[in-house]
Amino acid sequence: MKPIFEYTKGMTDVPTHYCPGCTHGIAHRIIMEVLEEMGELGNTIGVAPIGCSVTAHEYMNVDMCEAAHGRAPAVASGIRRVHPDKVVFTYQGDGDLASIGTGEIVHAAVRGEKFSTFFINNGIYGMTGGQMAPTTLIGQKSTTSQDGRKKELNGMPVKMSEMLASIDGAAYVERVALDSPAHIRQAKKAVRRAFEIQKKGLGFTLVEFLSTCPTNWGLPPVKALEWVRNNVMAYYPLGVIKEPKEEEQA
Amino acid sequence: MTTDKVLMKGNEAFAEAAIRGGARMYFGYPITPQSEVPEYMSRELPKHGGYFVQAESELGAINMAYGAGAAGGTVFISSSSPGIALMQEGMSFLCSAEVPLLAMNVSRGGPGIGGIQPGQADYYQVTRGGGNGDYRIPVFAPSSIQEAVDLLYEGTELAQQWRNPIMILADGMIGQMMEPVRLPEFKPVPKPNEIAGIRDWACTGYNDRGGDHNRRVVKSLRMKPEDLEAHVEKLFEKYARAEKELCRYETENLKGAEVVLVAFGTTARICREACEVLAEQGIKAGLIRPISLWPFPNKAFDEIDFGATKAVVSVELSMGQMITDVKLALNGRLPAFLAHRTGGMVPTSLEVAARAKAVLEGLK
Repeated sequence: MKPIFEYTKGMTDVPTHYCPGCTHGIAHRIIMEVLEEMGELGNTIGVAPIGCSVTAHEYMNVDMCEAAHGRAPAVASGIRRVHPDKVVFTYQGDGDLASIGTGEIVHAAVRGEKFSTFFINNGIYGMTGGQMAPTTLIGQKSTTSQDGRKKELNGMPVKMSEMLASIDGAAYVERVALDSPAHIRQAKKAVRRAFEIQKKGLGFTLVEFLSTCPTNWGLPPVKALEWVRNNVMAYYPLGVIKEPKEEEQA
Repeated sequence: MTTDKVLMKGNEAFAEAAIRGGARMYFGYPITPQSEVPEYMSRELPKHGGYFVQAESELGAINMAYGAGAAGGTVFISSSSPGIALMQEGMSFLCSAEVPLLAMNVSRGGPGIGGIQPGQADYYQVTRGGGNGDYRIPVFAPSSIQEAVDLLYEGTELAQQWRNPIMILADGMIGQMMEPVRLPEFKPVPKPNEIAGIRDWACTGYNDRGGDHNRRVVKSLRMKPEDLEAHVEKLFEKYARAEKELCRYETENLKGAEVVLVAFGTTARICREACEVLAEQGIKAGLIRPISLWPFPNKAFDEIDFGATKAVVSVELSMGQMITDVKLALNGRLPAFLAHRTGGMVPTSLEVAARAKAVLEGLK
């Protein structure tokens, strides 16, 4: 019998440590499926962050380098200089990218670095136990905003994708979600587009994934997906925020 | 071919030596008194097919260096004291992940933003490690531009050989002055697709490794304490070898010396003159010049003429940091005293000689 579907060679067979209902596994898989489909697994160097996905390098079946908290874009910039013809990506959560690593991600975009960043936004610090992130929604409870995030105390949740899209060196920025099969298919298309634009050398590319953290949100997995649909998307709308002009893509 | 002697400013000679040593990646951020290094690199590296990146900060620079090193590049970075302080997070990561790097601190006075004049108050920072965890960084302190050039040239290889950062500590005086130097010949540099074969741990993508689909991971995380302990023990086996193999120093006139001065870098040059001043006054003085600060050259102190020498004076541009290691090396065999200026002030040879003389008189 001819198989009609196989687990991607882009993932190792190591069981992930992610909590039930966490969407990291989906994000990992679609990124690695795209690399396999593009025939780039042997031509790719990835950078893992600090946070829940600190062990992404155990699951993603490509050469990987682990970065200090927030520094993945600087690490990827260094890798890119040594290997100008490889596919390079960073995988970063919201604490990593939107808080401690803001300097590194902003200036990677400013330099128009030719790597792709996959930004996992679940609005909370997962690994350290559910503290408030820069992307935690107003009113959302966390262990460091126990009465819910307040604008006057913590400011509004930061919109990193919109901010980065305003930088000339950013070629492509899209926000996707992992809450439904349709959105996951869209997310996979966005990943592919990011890699293709990277390979064309058009500039910095970023895909933001609206993700879940059932454990630290205190919600069952299905309710967590509903929370993304009903609350997170209202503040963080899906869609392409920036893309290259058609003539550049041609 | 080495060049004939050319007159060069320290910082520019450092940059040229790193390029000739094979460094093709430089990541930097402007800071006095070493800004001529990134300036030189921005102009010269592209001519050699290399890359200069002006980072957003020293944090950015050290992490770019980590990435480029992990990818098998030959990397050089430089900064000055507060910038090196910012890089300590990265130094700890590089040591743990065993990523090679040639780094240079053209140091100035501190603490805090301090000043921009020469200082040696980063001794603890570079020899003890400013980052977290158990690690060591070999540190070499040149006392002339030629010596700095030679150490940097060798340093690119040492970093690869030891898979660890190698630090060159030159105070701002050596960075800013001009001296004649002989530049070494250019070392060959591997092409990107040759890296995988030469550096068998570097992230290159497995296509560069023929049929070998085993992936390479450069990391410092070890979640299981028994794994982390085993990793750190392995690192320290390496450091134990480094203590033997990388220990370097010079001694002068130790036989019959009444007093022995200990100094590195710029201060060693002043001490050489101070020894002459003391000789004119009928006091025989010797000099120990540590070249490697870690590993500290303890065995140099075994060469002291213990029958003749009454005191050892550590001469430093700090409030006394190296003197801790001097005392450990002496292990109670002789009393150790401090002669120092700090904050960017540099003692004259007359001041050093006067201090050494006063020490000897105080012992009578």
